[in-house]
Amino acid sequence: MSKTIRDKVAIVGVGACKFGENWDKSREDMIVDAAYEAYADAGIDDPQRQIEAVFCGSVYPNGGTGEVAEALKLFDRPISKLANYCETGTDTFRYGVMSIAAGMYDTVLVVGFDKPKDRGVSGPSVDFDRVRGLPATPAGWFSLCAARYFETYDAGREDLAKIAVKNHHNGTLAPKSMLKREISVDDVLNARIISWPFGLYDCAAQSDGAAAVVLSRADLAKDYENDPVMVKAVTIAVSANPQTDPNFDFLAWKPTHFAAKDAYAQAGISEPFRQIDVAQVHDCFTLTELLTYEDLGFCKKGEAKDHVASGTFELSGDLPVNTDGGLKTFGHPTGATGVRMIYENTLQLRGKAGDRQVKNASMALSHNIGGPPQACGIAIIGHP
Amino acid sequence: MSGISAYGAYVPYTRLPFATISGRTAKEGGPEKAVAYYDEDAVTMGVAAATDCLKGIDRASVDAVVFASTSYAYREKQGAALIAKALDLRRDVSTSDVSGSLRAGTNALRGAFDSVAAGSARRVLVIASDCRMGAPRGALETKLGDGAAAFLISDSDPIATLEGSHSVTDEIQDVWRVDGDAYTHTWEDRFVVTEGYAPVVSEAVQGLLDKLNLSPSDVNRAVLYAPDARSHATASRTLGFSADQLQDALFGKLGNTGCAFAPMLLVASLESAKPGERILLAGYGDGADVLSLTTTEHLEKLDARLAVSGHLARRKPLRSYETYLRSRGLDPKEWQKGGGGGLSATIRFRERDADIAFKGGKCTSCGQVHFPVPRVCYQCFSRDQWEPYGLSDKRGRLLAHTFDYFFPAPEPPAIMIMAEIEGCHVQIQLADAAPEDAILDMEVEFAFRKIHEAGGKPNYFWKAIPVSN
Repeated sequence: MSKTIRDKVAIVGVGACKFGENWDKSREDMIVDAAYEAYADAGIDDPQRQIEAVFCGSVYPNGGTGEVAEALKLFDRPISKLANYCETGTDTFRYGVMSIAAGMYDTVLVVGFDKPKDRGVSGPSVDFDRVRGLPATPAGWFSLCAARYFETYDAGREDLAKIAVKNHHNGTLAPKSMLKREISVDDVLNARIISWPFGLYDCAAQSDGAAAVVLSRADLAKDYENDPVMVKAVTIAVSANPQTDPNFDFLAWKPTHFAAKDAYAQAGISEPFRQIDVAQVHDCFTLTELLTYEDLGFCKKGEAKDHVASGTFELSGDLPVNTDGGLKTFGHPTGATGVRMIYENTLQLRGKAGDRQVKNASMALSHNIGGPPQACGIAIIGHP
Repeated sequence: MSGISAYGAYVPYTRLPFATISGRTAKEGGPEKAVAYYDEDAVTMGVAAATDCLKGIDRASVDAVVFASTSYAYREKQGAALIAKALDLRRDVSTSDVSGSLRAGTNALRGAFDSVAAGSARRVLVIASDCRMGAPRGALETKLGDGAAAFLISDSDPIATLEGSHSVTDEIQDVWRVDGDAYTHTWEDRFVVTEGYAPVVSEAVQGLLDKLNLSPSDVNRAVLYAPDARSHATASRTLGFSADQLQDALFGKLGNTGCAFAPMLLVASLESAKPGERILLAGYGDGADVLSLTTTEHLEKLDARLAVSGHLARRKPLRSYETYLRSRGLDPKEWQKGGGGGLSATIRFRERDADIAFKGGKCTSCGQVHFPVPRVCYQCFSRDQWEPYGLSDKRGRLLAHTFDYFFPAPEPPAIMIMAEIEGCHVQIQLADAAPEDAILDMEVEFAFRKIHEAGGKPNYFWKAIPVSN
């Protein structure tokens, strides 16, 4: 288990570029847009002096740390880059937080970005350099729990569809989302199947995007423009690959259980449903969000569909989830996603989330799960 | 004494009803042919037939493998060695390919009988497998079919002993295919039959009857290769065999499976034969091979196997001619198949036990079975305590499934499942099945299949298939 990092590090600035099929924007454009918005948000007017180190996250092949240094003209300081499946953004944030907690820097920049739309394919490409594990698409991987979960808990595609409808609605209220279109349950159920049980609307889109966060030592945070938001917990957990794990039950994703246990201990959370006010969770597919409600302990095993039906996780519900429309409407530029969630949670905690604002939010959770899937990142942030 | 001690066969699950070629609705029981699906070829069918043949037999007892095929993918790289690995045979097994003639199947059988008789091997596995391509909508399309047969030729416990054999060699250009030809060519059909098939088979059969001092009425079952149903009936009549002596050549069910055809018909004949019967087998191609076999009392002790009849009974007709073209790779595509460099030869080399032989490991500390074999055990965390554990002959249980509509397949979706095999979880495709066939906890078995053709060559792994009985 991690030692707690609670209230040692503050988020003092957040920024994001517009997410979407950014045909006319390069990675440089998106990195600059996100970082300069975060600078402005923090009131940083001299990044050359104020940003001491940079942590960047991206999973698609690109120019490495030099690319970020060149984009921001931040030379003569440490820059690291990491990739950790779909929780790359959250893990990048974690490294930034740890570097400040360790006392090495006072202020660092975290930037997550990816640009899959330059590859000429609308989804993940199939990997033909092996013979095992094909067809190897994320939709196929994340659907592995569907059949047995549906049978065990009497759930079905219609329960998943309501999650897509909710997120599409929330996305219409987020200025930087890619998809701004209300959909109906019938739209979801009648769409072409990608990988059963996922139809087109059960899947997050691919998009380009970048998001940035400026972190500072908690005791220096008052010097910045906005009221600081404190980091309460951040963690990563890896499980056995569910495609080979002999102990896997096809009803829940283990890495979320592992990461939640650690994050809640760090943040001092014992009743997540009561203590967390707003959450951004990994909705790469609708079933992922459904299982995550249970895996994070927001509800009991098997009861997620009842909460979906009663609206618990809608904007007006007791625990709004994916208030900005999630991966469903932002798409999933992998390195950016976790940082984009921190951006949204920070706006929610500051009361600056516009039409999608959740009332009286003081504790916010963000969650990513990735790989086959076998790794999860969770960040919890809140008022001091 | 050398003889056949076991037999097996394989007929692909997929069929092309002739009505479907012309866009008509196929009637139940109407004529059709067996079609290797997109994930099958001469090697995968050969592995399936050999697996059927080796049911209940210790694989370590096989001394040699002879693989006969005119449609094997490689010109340079042996099929028998690949099949021996897929069957997990001994490292010191002797392997060879026989090719180049529709007679390759009976050539291989004759050679195997000779080497067992000579004492150079005690048990030889003979596999004949062909995937025959007639040009789309051409005259040969309805005549040719796909399938495989396998025999274990042994020096003991034969179900049928070799009484004698005779060959005739004949130079004629009646049926041929040169390097780069996608489809089989023939000269006009009356020439093929009247100057090729009919006189040559007659000469060879008569030659063996004379040699053994037999008359046609001494033969219980005549198993004759033939290019088509009409020449089959004519040849039989000319040779003096009555209809009840003649083994049904399965035209309209199977199709002419090339060098595997006569061997498959021999399997079909053995399936219904009784001990003490004389079977005469004739293979044709650039001459003819004729063998006379006598069944023994061991025939009735052989374990049940699917053979030809069992495989013919499990069938799925293609719904449209377009689907046939796609399953054969004959449909126009935006991109040519098999692009890219393909699999890394070094990775393939390291993983051949897993990918070709479908071998996992069993932890000698805690008994956990795992595939592929890790270094450290998931359950007891002991390091390097694995003994090899074959999975290809085990049965599995379907734990989870998804239907993928994007993976290239002639009839999407491709079905991916998680199978539990003796406590081990394996992600694997489900073949020979439609989505409605995938049911949680159903039993599956495993078949060697072609996964894709990246790098312009067949790349193989195993797939799960619903248990067939």
